[in-house]
Amino acid sequence: MENLSDSKIQELENTANNIRKSIIEMLNHAGSGHTAGALGMTDIFTLLYFHTLKHDPKNPLWEKRDRLVLSNGHICPVLYATMAHAGYFPVEELNTLRKFGSRLQGHPHREFLPFVETSSGPLGEGLSQAVGMAIASRIDEKNIVGHKIYCMTGDGELDEGQIWEAVMLAGKEKLSNLIVIVDRNNIQIDGNTEKVMPLNNLSDKFKSFNWFTQEINGHDFSEINNAIYNTKNSNGMPSIIIANTIPSKGVKEWEGDYHWHGKAPNDKEAEMAQSELNNKK
Amino acid sequence: MLNQILKLNSKIFNDDVEKNSTRQGFGEGLLQAGIENDNVVALCADLTDSVKVNIFADKFPNRFIQIGIAEQNMASVASGMAAMGKIPFIASYGIFNPGRNWEQIRTTICYNNQPVKIIGSHAGLSVGPDGGSHQMLEDIALTRVIPNMVVISPCDYIEAKKATIAIAKTKDPTYMRLSRNDTPVITTNDTPFVIGKAQIVFVPEVGLAHVGIIATGPALYKALVAAHTLEKKGIKVKVMNLSTIKPLNENAIIILAKETRAIVTVEDHQIVGGMGSACAECLAQNHNVPIEFVGVRDQFGQSGTPDELEKHYGIDTSDILEKVAKVLKRRV
Repeated sequence: MENLSDSKIQELENTANNIRKSIIEMLNHAGSGHTAGALGMTDIFTLLYFHTLKHDPKNPLWEKRDRLVLSNGHICPVLYATMAHAGYFPVEELNTLRKFGSRLQGHPHREFLPFVETSSGPLGEGLSQAVGMAIASRIDEKNIVGHKIYCMTGDGELDEGQIWEAVMLAGKEKLSNLIVIVDRNNIQIDGNTEKVMPLNNLSDKFKSFNWFTQEINGHDFSEINNAIYNTKNSNGMPSIIIANTIPSKGVKEWEGDYHWHGKAPNDKEAEMAQSELNNKK
Repeated sequence: MLNQILKLNSKIFNDDVEKNSTRQGFGEGLLQAGIENDNVVALCADLTDSVKVNIFADKFPNRFIQIGIAEQNMASVASGMAAMGKIPFIASYGIFNPGRNWEQIRTTICYNNQPVKIIGSHAGLSVGPDGGSHQMLEDIALTRVIPNMVVISPCDYIEAKKATIAIAKTKDPTYMRLSRNDTPVITTNDTPFVIGKAQIVFVPEVGLAHVGIIATGPALYKALVAAHTLEKKGIKVKVMNLSTIKPLNENAIIILAKETRAIVTVEDHQIVGGMGSACAECLAQNHNVPIEFVGVRDQFGQSGTPDELEKHYGIDTSDILEKVAKVLKRRV
C-alpha cells in the first residue's frame, strides 16, 4: 500500500479548496452551468491530476500519458479548473467558460480544447470510448508502457443502456487497464436517483459483469488513493470505484441539494460560498 | 455509349454480365487495407460473415473486436480506438449502423472528428424478403447532414473494394453504403476511383447530351440500361456515377446541368434528404434546371423480391425512362 503522507493530504486539501473556489467563480461568471457534480468530484479530480495520473501539462499530447475520459461532460468546470491549476492553461482563462469563442465550451469539445481526450455532454458515451482506448492500448505492442485509461461517470447516466453494453464488453475483454470512477452522489436532474430510476446495489451489478469492484468515500484522499492502488489486484478485470460523494461538497448550504445540479451561483450566492471556502484555509 | 476513357466493363449490357456484391468488395478491400496498415481495425455487431468482415477477422484476429448486438457501443468504442491512433471500421446493416447509433456517430465520431469508417450494409429496397424493417432507405439523409462526415455509395463490387482501400487512408469520419445482392460489375480494375470525384460513365456518340442522369450505388446499372435504351431512340444522354455524395462534386454536377439543362437523379433511398436532394441543393443555388427524382416516395418497403419492390416503389428502369420523358418536357 502506498499511503499518502499527512503533509501530502494537507497539500491536496488546499489544492482542492482552491479548485472549488475557481469552480464557483467561473460558474458565477458564466451565469449557467452545473455546480453540484463539479464540487462533488473536486477531491477525486485533485488526487488524479496532482498525484495519480501519468501526464505532463506542458506536453498535453504526450503519447504515453494516462487517458482520462470525462463521460458526464456537464461537470466540466471541475475538469477545466483542475487542469488550469495543474498548469495546462492559465487560471484566468477559466472565466471564459461558456462564452462565445472560448476554448472552455459549455460541454467539453476537443476541437476547441485538444487537451481533453474526448468531447462529451450527451450521457452514457464516455465509458464506451474509454473501453475503445483500453482495447486499442492493449492491441498496440508499443504501448506496453502500461498506461491506464480512467473514466469518470455520473451515477444518473448509468440509466443509459449504452453504459451496460460497454460494461459487458469491458468484462468480456478483461480490460485490466481500465479504471472507472462513478460519482455516486444519488442525484440527477429530476431528483434522487433511486426515485428517478433505482440503481440499487451498484457493486453487485458490476460484480456480476466481472468487474473488480470497490466502494469508497469520494472525499477521503487516502481512500481514493488506496482504491486506485488496489486496482493493481483486479486479477485481469476492469475496475470500478464507486465513490460516494456529496453533491456541492464544500458549501454547506448547498450540499446534497439536487437543485444545484444544473444551476450556477448568482453574485450573492457565490460571495457566500467563497467566504466559506476562504475560512477553510 | 460507355465513356471509353474510364475503361468500364464492355460487357455491361450483355445478359450474362458478371455480378458480385458491394459488400463482398468491401470485405476484400478491408483485408487489403489491413495488410497495408497495421492500424486498421474492424469491429462488428454479430453480423461478421454477413457484412464480410470475416475475411479481415480470419487474417487479423487480434485486430477484430466482436462487440455483440450493441451498435451504439460499437460506434463509441471505435471513437475511443481512433483516439489512440487506430483506423476503425465498424460494420453492420445500415438500419442499425447508422440507424440505431446515429447520435453516437454524431457526438463521439463526427463531433470528435475521429477517423472511424462506418459501414452500412444491406441498404435499400434490394434487401427484399426481409421486409420494410430491414430496408434502410434513410441512411444517406442521416449521414450527409452531419458535419465532418464523408458519404460514399459505391456502384459495384470493384468500386466498393477501391473505396474501402481509399477511405482507410483518410482522416475523415466516413459512411459507406453497401448492398446485399450481387449486382452487375460496371467498372474494372483499371477504372480510376478518387473520393469526391464524380464520373461521367455514359456519353452521346456525338454532340451534346439533352438529359443528364445522376445515379448512386448499384442503381447506376439501371440508369445505364435506361441510357442505352434512350440512345437507341436517338435521345442523347449523359450518365454520372456519383459515388461520393459528400463532399459533393458540385463542379461536375453544374457542368452536367449546363450542358443538358435537364437532370434526373436515381437512388435506392428516400427522395427526401437523399442524393437527389443533395444535387438539387447544389443546382438550386448554382444553376437552376428542371430535376426529376427517382427514389422511394416517403414510404416504407415490404417483403418481396428486389425486382417486385423496385417496380412497386418506382425505382426501376421504366421509372427512369418515365422521368426522363417528363424532365425533357420541362426542359427550357
